Amino acid sequence: MAAISREEVAHLARLSRLAVTDAELDQFAGQLDVILQAVARVGEVVAADIPPTSHSVPLTNVLRADEVRPGLARDEALAGAPDAYEDRFRVPRILDEEA
Amino acid sequence: MTDLTTATAEQLGRAIAAGESSAEEVTRAHLDRIAAVDARVHAFLHVDADGALAAARAVDARRAAGEALGPLAGVPVAVKDVLCTRGVPTTAGSKILEGWRPPYDATLVARLREAGMVILGKTNMDEFAMGSSTEYSAYGPTRNPWDLGRIPGGSGGGSAAAVAGYEAPLAIGTDTGGSIRQPGAVTGTVGVKPTYGGTSRYGLVAFSSSLDTPGPCARTVTDAALLHAVIGGHDPMDSTSIPAPVPPVVEAARRGASGDLSGVRLGVVAEFAGDGAEPGVAAVFRDTVARLTKLGAEIVEVSCPHFAYALPAYYLIAPSECSSNLARFDGVRFGLRTGDDGQRSLEEVMSMTREAGFGAEVKRRIILGAYALSSGYYDAYYGQAQKVRTLITRDFTAAFGRVDALISPTTPFVAFPFGARTSDPYQMYLADLYTIPTNLYGGPAISVPAGLSDGLPVGLQVMAPTMADDRMYRVAAALEAAVGPLAPPAL
Repeated sequence: MAAISREEVAHLARLSRLAVTDAELDQFAGQLDVILQAVARVGEVVAADIPPTSHSVPLTNVLRADEVRPGLARDEALAGAPDAYEDRFRVPRILDEEA
Repeated sequence: MTDLTTATAEQLGRAIAAGESSAEEVTRAHLDRIAAVDARVHAFLHVDADGALAAARAVDARRAAGEALGPLAGVPVAVKDVLCTRGVPTTAGSKILEGWRPPYDATLVARLREAGMVILGKTNMDEFAMGSSTEYSAYGPTRNPWDLGRIPGGSGGGSAAAVAGYEAPLAIGTDTGGSIRQPGAVTGTVGVKPTYGGTSRYGLVAFSSSLDTPGPCARTVTDAALLHAVIGGHDPMDSTSIPAPVPPVVEAARRGASGDLSGVRLGVVAEFAGDGAEPGVAAVFRDTVARLTKLGAEIVEVSCPHFAYALPAYYLIAPSECSSNLARFDGVRFGLRTGDDGQRSLEEVMSMTREAGFGAEVKRRIILGAYALSSGYYDAYYGQAQKVRTLITRDFTAAFGRVDALISPTTPFVAFPFGARTSDPYQMYLADLYTIPTNLYGGPAISVPAGLSDGLPVGLQVMAPTMADDRMYRVAAALEAAVGPLAPPAL
């Protein structure tokens, strides 16, 4: 049985904001199924009492002094923007016209 | 090639400090070499000749003013295109960042500049460092200087090929699952993944934040150590940076070069023995073990039973982190925006932008990560992979209770021809079989040339405990001295 269906791949692509094509969906579904069958091997390890590791550095709550430091100037921050308007990032509409 | 391009970084630094060569002539020699061969190798995505010459002249002026220069002042270096360079294009090998010029320098880049190093340009890579061949670069692959029909490894194939092709004496790479070591192995160069947290990630375009580790690429072990000493050490801008000095890597490399490894215990991982290495690689590894024994090392077989699960765990953890990290590419603040016709919604524009800007491997990994983190699958995939990570760390800890360092081939196979592993993505993933366990554990590892198989380079990997980076330099330098220099590839 396949580990992942074409419909699931389409759903995940939508959640990931990827406007994938039908051809990509066909291709990815098969490839991801092969990958998932292989990586599912992590389930073979019986690990009920094993704590998870998210990170190899045992540091917690790394804080720095609360001091004012120079940051990016406004023009520098906007220099790479795809679209800027009156010193702001301009974005496509977020709400429907009626809203 | 000239004497200036075949010299080691150490020799160049000495010659510049002594006034025997100017930084400008050293830089020009490398820019000339790039002009002569890079059309064929394609190691560079961007060559910053003006910036490099200006930096070189600044070093020459400092020397003329009587300033004492550091060991790598005036020495050229190539930087993987995943590290931000102020005002110089940074693409991470992706169309989504085409033409973007960062407004700031990565900490590593700032440290190169402070050391007086001359940044030649930015090197090619698999898109967002996802790949083992540079075939996933949006700008076309880099070719291996040893055989232009073969891959240079990845993701940092550009940095490794630049060094192997004598276009730069040194380069910076980043290693998430083997992206410095595997390219080093297949191009006959030295590649180092420092201890995670030993080199700063500030200004590094993030792929998998708990694994990404920048490090040096070089033609000699001592050169790698000299660069490691420049870029390593605590950075307050990276909250996972370890607040400790750089281990004494340069001293260790020099000590190792004497060729004496008596008293050093090296572990051979039993689980790697029957697992995937092609016959030519296995043969070089056997010869290497014999060489190390001759140098005085004691070889011990050790068992790391959970290493078999490292590759599966990695291909859940890294995609999960990437699916989150790459959410920042939304077409709003920087990078590509596609389909904004004034009518389409933000969500539509975002989806069209990411579809157009990302390549197939990046999309596959984003989707895979989103799956592994989904409600209902999280425990079985991401959660279980994190537990495997704990077990692998325990395997390393137990092994280092018995031996000083572990050794293995760096990668199961020599440089393969273009196209050999692109149709089945999982076949590409196998290139990282031996390098991935270290990334999950966080310790340091080095790949050093060990010999040739059918005329193509094979690397030895030396893995050491966390913050014991100096140990692997000692072993690698001893092997390097025993193997002798590889003849330069005919380009």
